Amino acid sequence: MRESDMTTERLHHATRAQRIGEPVLSVEGVSLAFGGVKALTEVSFDVREHEIRAIIGPNGAGKSSMLNVLNGVYHPQEGTIRLRDGTDWREFHDMDSHEAAAMGIARTFQNIALFKGMTVLDNVMTGRNLKMRCSFLEQALWLGRARREELAHRRAVEEVIDFLEIQHVRKTPVGRLPYGLQKRVELARALAAEPRLLLLDEPMAGMNLEEKQDMCRFILDVNDHYGTTIVLIEHDMGVVMDISDRVVVLDYGRKIGDGTPGEVRANQAVIDAYLGVAH
Amino acid sequence: MALSFFIEVLLGGLLAGVMYALVAIGFVLIYKASGVFNFAQGAMVFFAALTFVSLVERGVNFWLALVITLAVMVVLGVATEKVVLRPLVNQPPITLFMATIGLTFVLEGLSQLVWGSQPHGLELGIQDVPMEWLSQSANINISQFDVFAALVAGILVAALALFFQYTRIGRALRAVADDHQAALAVGIPLKNIWAIVWAVAGFVALVAGLMWGARNGVQYALTFIALKALPVLILGGFESIPGAIVGGLIVGASEKLAEVYLPQYLNAPLTQFFGGAVNLQGIESWFAYVVALLFLLVRPQGLFGEKIIDRV
Amino acid sequence: MLYREAGQFKSTYAEDQQIFPIRQDRIGVLLFIAFAFVGVPLVANQYWFAAILTPFLIFSLAALGLNILTGYAGQLSLGTAAFMAVGAFMAYNFELRIPGMPILVSFALAGLCAALVGIVFGLPSLRIKGFYLAVATLACQFFVLWALQRFGWFSNYSSSGVITAGTIEIFGYRFETAAQKYLLTLAIVSVMALAAKNLMRSETGRAFMAVRDMDVAAEVIGIPMMKTKLLAFAISSFYCGVAGALYAFCYLGTVEPEAFNLDLSFRILFMIIIGGVGTILGSFLGAAFITLLPIFLNVLFGGISSFFQVEISHAWLSNIELIIFGGLIVFFLIVEPHGLARLWQIGKEKLRLWPFPH
Repeated sequence: MRESDMTTERLHHATRAQRIGEPVLSVEGVSLAFGGVKALTEVSFDVREHEIRAIIGPNGAGKSSMLNVLNGVYHPQEGTIRLRDGTDWREFHDMDSHEAAAMGIARTFQNIALFKGMTVLDNVMTGRNLKMRCSFLEQALWLGRARREELAHRRAVEEVIDFLEIQHVRKTPVGRLPYGLQKRVELARALAAEPRLLLLDEPMAGMNLEEKQDMCRFILDVNDHYGTTIVLIEHDMGVVMDISDRVVVLDYGRKIGDGTPGEVRANQAVIDAYLGVAH
Repeated sequence: MALSFFIEVLLGGLLAGVMYALVAIGFVLIYKASGVFNFAQGAMVFFAALTFVSLVERGVNFWLALVITLAVMVVLGVATEKVVLRPLVNQPPITLFMATIGLTFVLEGLSQLVWGSQPHGLELGIQDVPMEWLSQSANINISQFDVFAALVAGILVAALALFFQYTRIGRALRAVADDHQAALAVGIPLKNIWAIVWAVAGFVALVAGLMWGARNGVQYALTFIALKALPVLILGGFESIPGAIVGGLIVGASEKLAEVYLPQYLNAPLTQFFGGAVNLQGIESWFAYVVALLFLLVRPQGLFGEKIIDRV
Repeated sequence: MLYREAGQFKSTYAEDQQIFPIRQDRIGVLLFIAFAFVGVPLVANQYWFAAILTPFLIFSLAALGLNILTGYAGQLSLGTAAFMAVGAFMAYNFELRIPGMPILVSFALAGLCAALVGIVFGLPSLRIKGFYLAVATLACQFFVLWALQRFGWFSNYSSSGVITAGTIEIFGYRFETAAQKYLLTLAIVSVMALAAKNLMRSETGRAFMAVRDMDVAAEVIGIPMMKTKLLAFAISSFYCGVAGALYAFCYLGTVEPEAFNLDLSFRILFMIIIGGVGTILGSFLGAAFITLLPIFLNVLFGGISSFFQVEISHAWLSNIELIIFGGLIVFFLIVEPHGLARLWQIGKEKLRLWPFPH
């Protein structure tokens, strides 16, 4: 990134640091194993409201597994996830993905989980499904209430589409879009749900520099505009260091680092893990 | 008395199951090698039987007719692979499945167009009569023919097993079934392999056609045998020949037992319950399916299949 | 030249949401509906109504039902005819056993019964997918037929299992002639087609398509798997049930369980494959194609027969029909897997440019 961009980012950091609030998600002693393979071992960290938290680590460290645990796709054998709802903390041992979605956790996937048979607009609209109240009968008859609801949600979705600058492809079937745009559509779908917590699984995977810059900008904009708390997995160190407020480092399923980007970068254990030093 | 009857029914069912397994093996071969569920297998069985029987009726020598029919089945298999499946090679499995349904109709129409639609009898030299020594000694009537069919099935499975284990082509087939990409990477010609698989499936269809044709007569209803093979495949998994045998045995036995015993015991109570005539006759039309269905609910991949893991 | 969208701007989302956003389409559809309701009864004869138009409409409805389940929701079903059978027999029983029951209510209730059966046999879809599920629907197909034949209650204990549908009377007006039955069928099918279109373009339809495309992801974004799949089965079976009731009351008049065999299920599946899986229009196009094809072949070979003075037997003709059917399925799957509906769309695209080549 150019000098002026870097300055903007640092300024951004400053204004954002003031907005970061109390912890809203707490992961305590989570262990996950598949048969004999231990994916996560007693991982604990928290995520503060409005912050951008990155999870990094070498390949196979358990980052995706951690994300999958957070949104209920995997159930940890040990440990709890606690989510703050106002002033109450709700504890989860066996949350399933449907409950997670209902609680305001949305996510994107590493390999793009869009509905290839539908247009961009329809895909993003599915993100609103939990907010739709009308029964199928009302929808079939297209009565006043069903109509109004559909149009109201359409309005909300169009705002998200505008925000992520994908208006020009809104009627295109998603399968026909280039990879970078598909990733953005997936982000739009997650955003349409108005999530409290947004989980991004390698949002920049497979992108060139320009696309990465765009995606960075969008992620920062989302955090800025909507105040959404974001947890993301990313391999590109430059991106991580620039946009995240705090970082969790995993290696072989264990947490080996937790702090600001600067702190983590200087952590010897982290350096060893990445350089492949035997440990 | 009741026990010997029960054994008779059970054994009869098991043997019928072996016959189902014969058809199922054809499915398994094709599915294993190319991932295609060949709904047309039943029509292939019918076509093979009809071709053979029509040749024999026109005075062709038994063994010559067999060879000719085999050749026809091989050609059919290769042609199917080339014309129907290769153009559809990257389509989702459901499309391929529907293509084989279309193929079924073509084969059914073609068989009857060429050879006519009257039923034929098929003589293989073994009669459908009870085995003497068994009915004399233990009062159990097991059809000689059923035992013969079981033997034939056993030989077929053994032959296929040897073929897959010890020949080069067999090894190549196993490689393709395991991993297409890897097979390509070591230089196995995928298209030739698929043609061979379909030819072998055609051969299996011929054997099944002969057995079923001799047992039930060669008529249009033979095509529905394929449908009976489906519960067998569900139980045994789509990719396992031993599974097909085991599945066949389970389906055959349970179906026969249900057919004989359920009406006997349940007709009266159900008639009372519903206040009107209830006759459970004919339960075998759906019993196997429901058994398979219940089984699927517990173990979606069948007895021998591999667990399907959905990754996002 | 005629088919231009120039000047047709949408300034509200409501306008963008319309079923027919292009004005020419709206006019065309209105004209078509007017023709169907008014024009056709003026020109068509008894044969056309009884043998072509009414069955076409009924099969379109059944194809619509199957399309909702298999095309939109991605749950392969080979038991369509069984749901139709439930609809036919239950409508008959409601009419028979409850004196004074309005026929439309009977139809609706028959559809609901079919929906219930659909839900029961749709339960396996929560665990099973793809053609394993197809086998479950086969279980439904065979079981329902067997039950209708074995439990005498369904056919009022007639020895042959045949039922004869009663007369149709709505508010004192009798629908007896073929033309009247056609109009009733047309009205019912139109309303249900509209409902289906509305349903598929709202959240229900999106949920169905999400389950079809990637059900794991659908679940993660909050779409309830069980409710969605069972709803798909229920709605689909409802449509097939009503189609079955119409089949008995407005088309054949006399039906037996065997009429709703596996062959019919496959026929309807072919209708949606050829017509266009996952489209409303495709259901109609496919039904038209499959209904008209045998007639077309009959006429064609009848002409060949008389022209060449060659005797063509009935058996020969039905076998040729089978071959052509199967061949067409394979052809469509290879050449245009999205069916006639996609060809229609392409045609419209070209019409937009006409008379220019591009």
